[in-house]
Amino acid sequence: MEAFRDVLITEVALRDGSHAIRHQFTVDQVVAVAKGLDEANVPYIEVSHGDGLGGSSLQYGLSLTNEMELIEAAASVVKNAKIAVLLLPGIGTMPELKEAASLGAKMARIATHVTEADVSPQHISLAKELGLETVGFLMMSHMAPTAKLVEQAKLMESYGADTVYVVDSAGALLPHQVKERVRALKDALTVNVGFHAHNNLSLAMANTLAAIEEGATRIDGSIRCLGAGAGNTQTEVLVSVLDKLGIQTGIDIYKMMDIAENIVAPILEKPQEITKDSLVLGYAGVYSSFLLHAQRASERFGIDSRDILIELGKRNVVGGQEDMILDVAAELANTK
Amino acid sequence: MNKVKVAVLGSGNIGTDLMLKLRRSEILELTTVIGIDPNSDGLRMAREFGFETIDTGIKGFLEKPELADIVFDATSAKAHIRHAKLLRDSRKQVLDLTPAAVGPFVVPSVNISEHLDADNINLITCGGQATIPIVHAINRVQQVEYAEIVATISSKSAGPGTRANIDEFTQTTARGIEKIGGAKKGKAIIILNPAEPPIIMRDTIHVLLEDQLVDEERIITSVNEMAAQVQTYVPGYRLRQQPFFDGNRVTVFIEVEGAGDYLPKYSGNLDIMTAASVKVAEEWAKHKISKVSLI
Repeated sequence: MEAFRDVLITEVALRDGSHAIRHQFTVDQVVAVAKGLDEANVPYIEVSHGDGLGGSSLQYGLSLTNEMELIEAAASVVKNAKIAVLLLPGIGTMPELKEAASLGAKMARIATHVTEADVSPQHISLAKELGLETVGFLMMSHMAPTAKLVEQAKLMESYGADTVYVVDSAGALLPHQVKERVRALKDALTVNVGFHAHNNLSLAMANTLAAIEEGATRIDGSIRCLGAGAGNTQTEVLVSVLDKLGIQTGIDIYKMMDIAENIVAPILEKPQEITKDSLVLGYAGVYSSFLLHAQRASERFGIDSRDILIELGKRNVVGGQEDMILDVAAELANTK
Repeated sequence: MNKVKVAVLGSGNIGTDLMLKLRRSEILELTTVIGIDPNSDGLRMAREFGFETIDTGIKGFLEKPELADIVFDATSAKAHIRHAKLLRDSRKQVLDLTPAAVGPFVVPSVNISEHLDADNINLITCGGQATIPIVHAINRVQQVEYAEIVATISSKSAGPGTRANIDEFTQTTARGIEKIGGAKKGKAIIILNPAEPPIIMRDTIHVLLEDQLVDEERIITSVNEMAAQVQTYVPGYRLRQQPFFDGNRVTVFIEVEGAGDYLPKYSGNLDIMTAASVKVAEEWAKHKISKVSLI
């Protein structure tokens, strides 16, 4: 059954949510969530370590379960949904992408910092060769002016990406900034434009609606906000809101609510809310997955986690630089 | 003391930085700079300094092989594979600064003594030169089960070659961590940071030790000794803080500031490659001279 969809949703809880539970997903959890999402008619389900393929590390956190097992398990239980994987060049490598494709992944999302798209051509080409639908994912989009974002998005398009995303990794963008960025990409690209939000400033829904209004047709959400920081746009709420707006996602709202309540809520170590730390992520413009690392460093060095995050923001730290958290915390402790 | 004659093959950024470093060497005599573009900045500078310049590439050098006994190859991996064969046939010792990895991996502070007579060695990667000494320093105290390094470099110091082949960096560095660092398993991550002004190269080394009982004191001593040894050829190499311990996990933070010869100071990642290659060539030269004097 092929539903009509104005907007195609990618559910990221089984990837972005990995951060929120310290990369402790089990096969059973992933199977239960993926099966439910497929039955609710979610078109794309992303499964990977939070930092993408190969992200299991001391730097970001070791996965409890090898992500390849999780990808294979998810792919084996979905009937219509496509399994997506994330890959950050510099962390993940081409052999891992090949393995994921051989286990049933149908979409590759190749992510770079917003100014560094030119590290992605090999991975985008490989994804296309493997027959995967391919997305270019420009992270930390708030850190570059719109003209730069457009230039980088065009590079990804030229490498063969079918879609390019504006990714608000820090949850730092405001609605008018999202509008400007999505509009500029719609004008400059011929491929699809997508948007990925974080709810650190409680703007994930508003930003997502702004993106859709400007023509974004690929949208990320995380069910029950199971994503890094304060989570992403809450998927079951988003599909309900879009339904009220007359925008078709093809997703069953009741089923989504049930999965959120019965399957996803018990996975969360604590309910997702905007705590002082996740608020500061958005306020200071810091990568959302830094949250738990900053809290651990705060305990270790007796420094306010907010001070650590604000300092990281000042230093223009980019995604993946989790090692800077300990380094900065130690430095702050030394100068105290 | 007689100096050993060397040539630099490649007149780009790396070749030009090498030229400036070699001018200071007390044991190596740079005679020749080889390029393919007579108008390149590198060849122009080489002419100004009074070095022999060749703008017809390797072919031109092979016509006058007496110009050098040691050749630094700072071209590209593809070109190096061809150069390696030609230079071997003309019995030159070659330092490969490209990712071609024709010869064995060498980190001067770790395994140079095993390769004093090699005809071709490879310098691995910038991240490898910066972090493998630390992995080795820990491993010589206690067996390293797993070592993972994160190299963060400024966007401006990552050239198009590195960017287009970023997997080559992570895979080659990981192999070096295992083969030369001694870790049972290695992993490498590279991050490009576009901040302005550009950040200097930083590397974090995360290690898991096989044994739960950790001899912190000896590891700290060994790491500090190693850092001092690397500093003898990369003066801007330093520990940002003393190693962190957490159970059997050790974390070391370092930064590498370049000497600012031809390349800007923030590009410690490029500087450590050129500096390490000069160090290897100097050890080769000392070895050559000592062999001659024994006879």
